[in-house]
Amino acid sequence: MSDSGGNRLQFRDPARAAAMAARLELLVREIGRDPVSVMHVCGSHEQAIARFGLRAILPRALEVIMGPGCPVCVTDMPEVDEAVALAEDGVRIATYGDMLRVPGTARSLADAQAAGAKIDVVYSVAQAAQLAAGLDEELVFFASGFETTAVATAALLLNAPPANFSVLSAHKYIPPVMEIVAEMPQTRVEGFLAAGHAATITGCAIFERFVERHGIPVVVAGFEPLDILAGLAKLLELIRGRRAEVANMYPRCVTREGNRRAQEALWKVFRPVGGRWRGIAHVPNGNLRLREEWSQVDARRRFKIDLSRLWDYAPPSLAQSCICGDIMAGIASPSACRLFGKECVPDNPVGACMVSNEGTCRIWHQYGGQLDLRQS
Amino acid sequence: MCLGVPGKVMSIDGLVATVDFFGVRRTVRLDIVDEPVKPGDYVMNHVGFAICRIPQSEVEETLALYQRLLAAASSEDLLAADVRSEIVATGNDKT
Repeated sequence: MSDSGGNRLQFRDPARAAAMAARLELLVREIGRDPVSVMHVCGSHEQAIARFGLRAILPRALEVIMGPGCPVCVTDMPEVDEAVALAEDGVRIATYGDMLRVPGTARSLADAQAAGAKIDVVYSVAQAAQLAAGLDEELVFFASGFETTAVATAALLLNAPPANFSVLSAHKYIPPVMEIVAEMPQTRVEGFLAAGHAATITGCAIFERFVERHGIPVVVAGFEPLDILAGLAKLLELIRGRRAEVANMYPRCVTREGNRRAQEALWKVFRPVGGRWRGIAHVPNGNLRLREEWSQVDARRRFKIDLSRLWDYAPPSLAQSCICGDIMAGIASPSACRLFGKECVPDNPVGACMVSNEGTCRIWHQYGGQLDLRQS
Repeated sequence: MCLGVPGKVMSIDGLVATVDFFGVRRTVRLDIVDEPVKPGDYVMNHVGFAICRIPQSEVEETLALYQRLLAAASSEDLLAADVRSEIVATGNDKT
């Protein structure tokens, strides 16, 4: 492929990138199917793939799909509703910036803020706790993120947070949703690229049972463009050899067992429970909620959250034609949505995928709308 | 949000390390880091916590992506914005 990605296609080691692209081409040809579909489940992977224009050098028959890898996007409406209801009841809320404009059933936190609710944007749970320490009122941290981020929330809670601080957890756990996506009849995913830093915590052994059960390989990959290409090459090798195995292509941060200390902290504070992921499905064990022992810092127990007033409401018609669910399940791409880039843009998002920096639509919109340069 | 950011440990006080992120010094919690850490080590950080120590042999390779992002990125770049947020997510420098 020529330099159709313009100045995006700058590799640190162009010779290695070219060799890797040729290797991918050969592997896809040897597999002999068109397309060969693989899925990654990480917003940072999609950002890197898009930013560096990687799809432009991939074999035409290789489809790299983003699955439910955006924790903000999969936060379900009722979870947003809980935060909105608390905020409208006058409770101060701190949360990550991406969470503000995620639509709830009736309103987002940004809507509540515009109507006078006290909402603070923070970059970390520690900043939220610090903020609470300087206040005379209650502060609820509306916590989102996968296990990598949940670990930080757990560690903070284990470290004696201020008495006026509590957590409304919308944390999600990635391994169970991979099972759901693998079982969807519409998906033809032949392998998964797992996110490096989530696996830093969980270890890659966590995928062994999945691989056994579903008979498809999982490769853990880093975020450097060459890391991603190397991860894809390994995945195609396993697919070609019909080897349902776990491979670790990010050994500098990931071990088989993972970070034991982090896992201990995570499971001391959280327990996995089933719950809906926006647009996707009920995911057994997909939500991380505070354990019984932590009820004193659990906003769901500390406050009476009344959602009834938010649910007597019909969603706007635009939202009904939003296909974020299919996009997050990897069944459709943003370009298949008739709202994408028209009624739905980053400044005025209709669906959650256009809100978050890690949402597929937001990333595609940012880096040029139609990213698959092979099709242009 | 899961990208993290690598930095070099400058000093340690209990469970709090002062870490240099490409010239910016911030504090990072060591509560959940996987291996014992000493000044001079590089750690991968996510929302204010070190999540792993980066083996010495891998430091250069790990830093390369971030150096490129921080050097070339426009303010519109989502990946670079995430790296900057990660640095802001750490504690303020106490030194």
